[in-house]
Amino acid sequence: MNKLSPLHDKIYCALSGSAADAQTIAEIVNYQLDVHSIEVDEDPLVCSAATLVKNISYKYKEELSAHLIVAGWDRRAGGQVYATLNGLLTRQPFAVGGSGSFYIYGFVDAEYRSDMTRQECQEFVVNSLSLAMSRDGSSGGVAYVVTIDSEGVEEKCILGNQLPTFYDPDI
Amino acid sequence: MEKQHSYSQVKGVSTGTTILAVKFNGGVIIGSDSRASMGESYVSSKTINKLIQVHDRIFCCIAGSLADAQAVTKMAKFQLSFHSIQMESPPLVKAAASIMRELCYSNKEELQAGFITAGWDRKKGPQIYVVSLGGMLLSQPFTIGGSGSTYIYGYVDAKFKPDMSLEEAKQFSINALALAMGRDNVSGGVVHLVVITEPGVKHIVVPGDKLPKFHDE
Repeated sequence: MNKLSPLHDKIYCALSGSAADAQTIAEIVNYQLDVHSIEVDEDPLVCSAATLVKNISYKYKEELSAHLIVAGWDRRAGGQVYATLNGLLTRQPFAVGGSGSFYIYGFVDAEYRSDMTRQECQEFVVNSLSLAMSRDGSSGGVAYVVTIDSEGVEEKCILGNQLPTFYDPDI
Repeated sequence: MEKQHSYSQVKGVSTGTTILAVKFNGGVIIGSDSRASMGESYVSSKTINKLIQVHDRIFCCIAGSLADAQAVTKMAKFQLSFHSIQMESPPLVKAAASIMRELCYSNKEELQAGFITAGWDRKKGPQIYVVSLGGMLLSQPFTIGGSGSTYIYGYVDAKFKPDMSLEEAKQFSINALALAMGRDNVSGGVVHLVVITEPGVKHIVVPGDKLPKFHDE
């Protein structure tokens, strides 16, 4: 299942938690963002998209159980990442979520650098996903990576056997 | 140890904790944080030592209920010294781990503690054994445990290399514990490390302000 859902041309969100809840939120925000961008007559800001997601998450906090990470590129502030867990909106240099995320908190804390190149950043993401997938029973399969910058959007799908492998003491 | 004993008489002291052990070229490092908590919100001790020496070159570290862990390690220490007198030689690390396993497995209903046993013996050199909650015994080149360990699975999977030098293994352990302590609210305080090699045992303490800092600090 592709858990990366486009909210607009250069804004994507990553879904976690209940798949149904998360997909519904993404579809609603996609629609709201289209309306908003027509009204404002230009491309929406990542911050607007994240705020729309946050509004739904917060209003229906009791009924929904989904965490969306909103990320994208806009002309005003460049690349941005927003986490919307439980209705809190925070902008962060990077964000992780989902059941597998607990296993890689240490790794991403240690390895993240704010001045990574595109290539290094993609490697960082793929390494983190691969480590989480090898430890979390509910994560696995293939890795989807979407890279967004001023030029455009690149979608990549990395198959299970092409993911980086790490030392496994049980082998 | 007296201080720990009085706290353990109060119900519910447990070591939300991060513990690890890693084998390197010539020895083994066993390490832990130093926080003891009661419930989720009260830190009952900032500086307890969770690394317990059960014999000259065999150490145990504990995760789970402090009272259970103390009871088991006291029994294990006694049985091990008896065993080594009978055998007339220092005990094997595996013997120590088996004693812990026997105690955990036979009392699995009542106990709530898991252990990492690490040490050096003349037969197999440096070894690490994990005795889990239900009484499973497993030997591994490195292992992590405790509530804080979930946050560093990715980090240790990525960074561990077999046959590291002492310095590399020390840095690996300190980094891993610092990362876990940074994310887990029931792990914290200082880092205790014990380096066990053939010549002997060295206890290193890294206070909070000397721990490595990562990007968001």
